[in-house]
Amino acid sequence: MIDAVGVRKSFRHRPVLRGIDIIVEEGETLAIIGGSGCGKSTFLKCVIGLLRPDEGSITVDGMDITKLATEAEIAQYRRRFGYLFQEAALFDSLPVWENVTFGLKYLTDTPRSRFRSIAGDKLALVGLKDIEDLRPSELSGGMKKRVALARAIAAEPSYILYDEPTTGLDPIMSDVINDLIIDLQKKLKVTSIVVTHDMRSAYKIASRMAMLHEGKVLQVAHPEVIKISTNAHVRQFVDGLSEGPIKMKIKEYEPPEDEEEQGRADETARRR
Amino acid sequence: MIGAFFGAGGRWFLETAESAGQFALMVRSAAFWFLRSRVEWRQVLIQMLRIGVESTPVVTMTTLFTGMVLALQTGASSNALLNEPFFVGTVVGFSMVMELGPVMSALVVSGRAGAAIAAELGTMKVTDQIDALYTLGTDPVRYLVIPRVLAFVVTLPILKIMADFTGIFGGWVVAYFKLGIPTNTYWHDIFDYMEVDNFMHGFLKSFVFAFAISFICCFKGLTTSGGAEGVGKSTTAAVVVSMTAVLILDYFATAVLVALGIT
Ligand SMILES: Nc1ncnc2c1ncn2[C@@H]1O[C@H](COP(=O)(O)OP(=O)(O)OP(=O)(O)O)[C@@H](O)[C@H]1O
Ligand SMILES: [Mg+2]
Repeated sequence: MIDAVGVRKSFRHRPVLRGIDIIVEEGETLAIIGGSGCGKSTFLKCVIGLLRPDEGSITVDGMDITKLATEAEIAQYRRRFGYLFQEAALFDSLPVWENVTFGLKYLTDTPRSRFRSIAGDKLALVGLKDIEDLRPSELSGGMKKRVALARAIAAEPSYILYDEPTTGLDPIMSDVINDLIIDLQKKLKVTSIVVTHDMRSAYKIASRMAMLHEGKVLQVAHPEVIKISTNAHVRQFVDGLSEGPIKMKIKEYEPPEDEEEQGRADETARRR
Repeated sequence: MIGAFFGAGGRWFLETAESAGQFALMVRSAAFWFLRSRVEWRQVLIQMLRIGVESTPVVTMTTLFTGMVLALQTGASSNALLNEPFFVGTVVGFSMVMELGPVMSALVVSGRAGAAIAAELGTMKVTDQIDALYTLGTDPVRYLVIPRVLAFVVTLPILKIMADFTGIFGGWVVAYFKLGIPTNTYWHDIFDYMEVDNFMHGFLKSFVFAFAISFICCFKGLTTSGGAEGVGKSTTAAVVVSMTAVLILDYFATAVLVALGIT
């Protein structure tokens, strides 16, 4: 169980998370949705301890990450997690198969002789084959994402945090990944948090969905409830409308009033 | 205006103090992981080969010509004074072994291998690969820093010895072909006076330089922020800081070795 209470995080005095309360039950898949830049990745990084919240607590299996002090303790806490980075974050210097099995060396006692075959199996799960010896720089964006997913699940963690697992994949492959996430949850009883912008995927895999807005949780509910939510913000987001209470619209273009004013504006900009 | 000046100065001071603290923490963490976990020998070997292959040609070229210049100048001064090139081998030998061998090899390695380390780790930092190490059960200090520091500590003293030899060889080329000093004389000028302590003086210094360069360049890489531009900045900073550190530490290391009587 992941229990986040009142999590706050600012970057250079700019608040990003303003008190997040989220509970993820054992064996559950929670999907987090929310506008770009609202702090979803930041929250995931707080959960796994890559970022330290300014306030609040995050408790996993009775261990509060915000109370752990030494590197060894935090490392111990992290062992139970798999993490899929939004930008894949594959190791450039290692071939694909070593990327996939990288965590096995440190997190499990698996003998090295089995690494290659395990890499092949995990890559097959995400729909990739015959790429074991390529370098990450030789892969397409969607392939990188899937290799990163294979890497995140290779050590069979009990918690998996997915940061946009289906972004950049074609619709069919997205659904293959959805099925994989559901399979992991059903067969291995994995508890996971999935950050996604893909509503179809969220409805399919999530046991509950949480909508983040301006650093807070707006609503947490079953996907069927979210679909018919009466909250205007949630409505606008799941329907994908530009008109509504969430102001994301780019400022409309206004031509400068006269030349002189434009010149002055430029100068102030430069002085900053 | 003046306020802004002191404000900037104060900020600079605070930032420098903060990075000094972080640097100390990284060194401590390196000691911790070195004692607590198995060293990644494969990584050490890869890094040693890289440093060696990258730096050997440049070290050889620079020290060869340094030795030649030393011989030429000593010969010229001695000729002007005594009408005969005396002690050319002695000057070249002692200068190279005690001072120029360790310092020149360290400077070259800072610019070559040190820059490469900062750029590599910096790129890993801005593409989340450093964070990925944490999520896969290891730690950048353990997986990246320790192998690089060990590789430097083994490789730089070897490069230093190579630098001594190429410098002395360069000196011999000038002494023999230009100043007309017989090989025998040149050789005796060096080894009649050279003692083990003279060699150790320079040799021990190159260990100090190896630690300094590798830790500084790893630190600059791991604290990179701000995308590709940030990688460029931290690479430049790594080279500038480590070269400066080599020259400053050279004085203090010399002072300590002199106090210990290793000269
Ligand atoms: N290391 C950092 N330093 C400073 N600001 C940061 C940092 N990381 C994130 N931010 C800021 O925090 C906010 C939230 O970022 P985050 O990456 O969590 O967004 P997100 O919800 O994952 O967005 P997206 O859906 O686009 O991935 C952004 O405004 C970003 O500018
Ligand atoms: Mg994100």
